[in-house]
Amino acid sequence: MFKILAKEAISPTVNLFRIEAPSVARAARPGQFVMLMTDEQGERIPLTIANWDEAEGSISLVVSSVGHTTLKLATMQPGDTLAHVVGPLGKSTEIGNFGKVACVATGYGMLTIVPPAKALKAAGSRVFSVISAPSKSELLQPERLGEVSERLIVTTADGSAGRSGWVIEPLKELLVSEGIDRVMAIGSLCMMKLVSEASRGLKTTVSLNPIMVDGTGMCGACRVSLAGTPRFACVDGPEFDAHEVDWDLLMARRCSYPMEAACGESAYRCRSCAQW
Amino acid sequence: MAELNLSRVEMPRQDPLIRSQNFLEVALGYSATEALSEAARCIQCPKHPCTGGCPVGVDIPDFIKALRELDLASSSRILKNKNKLPGICGRVCPQETQCEQSCVLARRGAPVAIGRLERYVADWERRQDALELPLRLPPTGQKVAVVGSGPAGLTCAADLAVAGHAVTVFEALHVPGGVLMYGIPEFRLPKAIVRHEVDSIMALGVEVRLDWVVGNILAVDKLFALGYQAVFLGTGAGLPMFMNVPGEIFSGIYSANEFLTRVNLMHAGEPGYDTPLPMGSQVAVIGGGNVAMDAARCALRAGAERVFIVYRRTKAEAPARAEELENAEEEGVVFCGLTNPVRFLANARGWVTAMECLKMELGEPDAKGRRRPIPKPGSNFIMDVDTVVIALGTTPNPLVPATTPGLDIHPEGTIIVDKEGHTTKPGVWAGGDAATGAATVISAMGAGRTAASSINAYLKDPSDWPAIDQTG
Ligand SMILES: Cc1cc2nc3c(=O)[nH]c(=O)nc-3n(C[C@H](O)[C@H](O)[C@H](O)COP(=O)(O)OP(=O)(O)OC[C@H]3O[C@@H](n4cnc5c(N)ncnc54)[C@H](O)[C@@H]3O)c2cc1C
Ligand SMILES: Cc1cc2nc3c(=O)[nH]c(=O)nc-3n(C[C@H](O)[C@H](O)[C@H](O)COP(=O)(O)OP(=O)(O)OC[C@H]3O[C@@H](n4cnc5c(N)ncnc54)[C@H](O)[C@@H]3O)c2cc1C
Ligand code: SF4
Ligand code: FES
Repeated sequence: MFKILAKEAISPTVNLFRIEAPSVARAARPGQFVMLMTDEQGERIPLTIANWDEAEGSISLVVSSVGHTTLKLATMQPGDTLAHVVGPLGKSTEIGNFGKVACVATGYGMLTIVPPAKALKAAGSRVFSVISAPSKSELLQPERLGEVSERLIVTTADGSAGRSGWVIEPLKELLVSEGIDRVMAIGSLCMMKLVSEASRGLKTTVSLNPIMVDGTGMCGACRVSLAGTPRFACVDGPEFDAHEVDWDLLMARRCSYPMEAACGESAYRCRSCAQW
Repeated sequence: MAELNLSRVEMPRQDPLIRSQNFLEVALGYSATEALSEAARCIQCPKHPCTGGCPVGVDIPDFIKALRELDLASSSRILKNKNKLPGICGRVCPQETQCEQSCVLARRGAPVAIGRLERYVADWERRQDALELPLRLPPTGQKVAVVGSGPAGLTCAADLAVAGHAVTVFEALHVPGGVLMYGIPEFRLPKAIVRHEVDSIMALGVEVRLDWVVGNILAVDKLFALGYQAVFLGTGAGLPMFMNVPGEIFSGIYSANEFLTRVNLMHAGEPGYDTPLPMGSQVAVIGGGNVAMDAARCALRAGAERVFIVYRRTKAEAPARAEELENAEEEGVVFCGLTNPVRFLANARGWVTAMECLKMELGEPDAKGRRRPIPKPGSNFIMDVDTVVIALGTTPNPLVPATTPGLDIHPEGTIIVDKEGHTTKPGVWAGGDAATGAATVISAMGAGRTAASSINAYLKDPSDWPAIDQTG
């Protein structure tokens, strides 16, 4: 059983959980994820390991309430137990001294990008970050990414914090002004897709989040098309080369249920998957 | 000698029209009277070729004799002496190509319905209050890790526990049982039976750790560092194959593993369960094996209006058991033979709406003697479907080999083993689908058992590890 040790509401729709999971904490590396079931009748959902504490035997998960299971999770309290947490799953982020790396994040990515960014910094890379949210209240602990970044550019759609606007413009400026060598993006699909368009010619990695069922390579639900070849995001990813991803297919697939709820009206407002 | 009775007692089944709407078991099992009159057909022949036809050598005439004498406890003991999971095997073994095929009565008429009798005895045992446990030898103080809780791993674990070793089973999923839980549907193998078998193995003192992906959480080498002296890999063949044709990534297209996992393991669509099963009304299942039949019959039960089996050869070449094909057709599944999809089409939302198929014809036999399907040029046609399940088979998951230096695999991904299950890595055995590729429950069980006795011998005397060659 996996006990919830702490829960903190960090935005109107996002909670940060600390969960007892010693075996996961022992093996976790940046960029890996867990599959979680709230109860025996629940669905298995993938969540990135946002932090871990081997000594305490705990992991942190940042959870956006977007649908059935994440809303159920939001009603759970410290002391409650989760039926299943399995991980770490997937490959870890490629870490190294890559020169200047731009880290771009929206939604839960603002926190799940922290462990890879920190590891990159420790390996000698210089980290420059850009994050964005609809408004100030939806920025997720920006100081955490700020701590590992030489520069953090914050933008909000309504201008309530930082620059007003979205991540793409500041990223484009950064690419030129800093002479960025590599880009890493974690967040909504539409954001990652547009980042990959903005960063043509630069090595760019993204953390893909297709629908998953088992998370161990057994079902193929998570298959994504990479340079025309099908790959399983749960075992071959979730990190992939952004310029090889077939974004349109992925977006069509990811939003497969409920069938009607497509990614929002405008590409930038992925309201239905709430990862904006 | 009594006169031979050449026709078997039929086993009652649910009516096709009713059963296609529910997940309850299709074959209802013998009553006591039916079981006894079927058992009476066995002539107890001294040579009993049936035993030789059984992959684990169950003493078939003996268990049938005890049943006839109404000594069900002995009958069950005789069965379990060779087969740890009779309630499962009685239901899912392909007896028609194993013990029943070898029965002497088969030469003149219907063989003794050995599988049905096995099921009868196992079901009797399950209904008894007290579980009869085999005697455990005194603790040896030695630890063995078993990876995977399918029939191979469970059998290996049970045998090693009886031998007195401390056994831990590591299972990646949240439920033990492997394909028995996530693949084979409830209506062929009720999950309560699998749970009962798992419980009886845990009652031997086997520890089952769920949610443990060996490779990711703990590499095989780490298991040795933790004090396990031997490791058995029963990780199955869970990696689904796709067709690699355009559009296969569209929504509404599932692997059989995903479709069956949603239905069987996650209970999609059942009240109280959260996992959805996004499905349309016109379902095509691609493939001609047992897995395809299971997926098709699940789709019907999950509410599909029409379900097609799309197979590139004809019914005669289909690898599915004749009985399963017949069950599926009785329930309303439509068989479209000599048809091969070449491309999938989708709507603007990326949801599959149709598939373009080619008509095939049969050519010369291939290496296995099955006639090869050859596309008829220009025979392309469109089949409107809104859900597709691809059941083309599976290969072993590469995770454990990829994280275990020294563990060699064949090009197809199966782990290289010798007859006793030794792998190329000292201290590590493998068996079941992980070593053979997708096969049967009973062969996986047999491999688990063989490896257990080899592990036993090794723990007593860890002598030289045999050299394993590619052909082993
Ligand atoms: C590798 C990986 C890591 C992830 N890490 C995190 C994380 O750290 N924090 C977090 O909040 N979420 C994360 N996600 C997304 C998270 O898994 C989904 O939001 C969750 O499964 C939705 O489940 P639900 O039952 O609440 O919503 P549902 O009721 O299933 O769906 C509600 C809405 O969410 C959308 N949705 C469904 N599945 C996904 C998905 N996989 N990704 C995005 N949107 C989806 C649907 O289109 C639908 O509009 C990750 C996904 C993957 C694959
Ligand atoms: C739909 C379907 C229907 C079938 N019907 C029949 C039938 O009627 N009759 C018959 O005889 N056979 C049937 N089979 C085949 C039969 O089920 C298999 O041959 C048998 O289950 C193989 O047993 P196994 O123990 O080798 O592997 P599996 O049953 O596949 O079990 C392997 C287990 O290992 C776990 N695992 C994998 N990797 C790891 C890891 N890294 N760490 C921890 N755990 C891991 C898996 O999660 C799984 O639980 C069917 C198969 C399918 C898919
Ligand atoms: S071969 Fe058939 S008749 Fe002979 S002992 Fe076996 S089951 Fe009975
Ligand atoms: S989630 Fe099942 S294979 Fe990746």
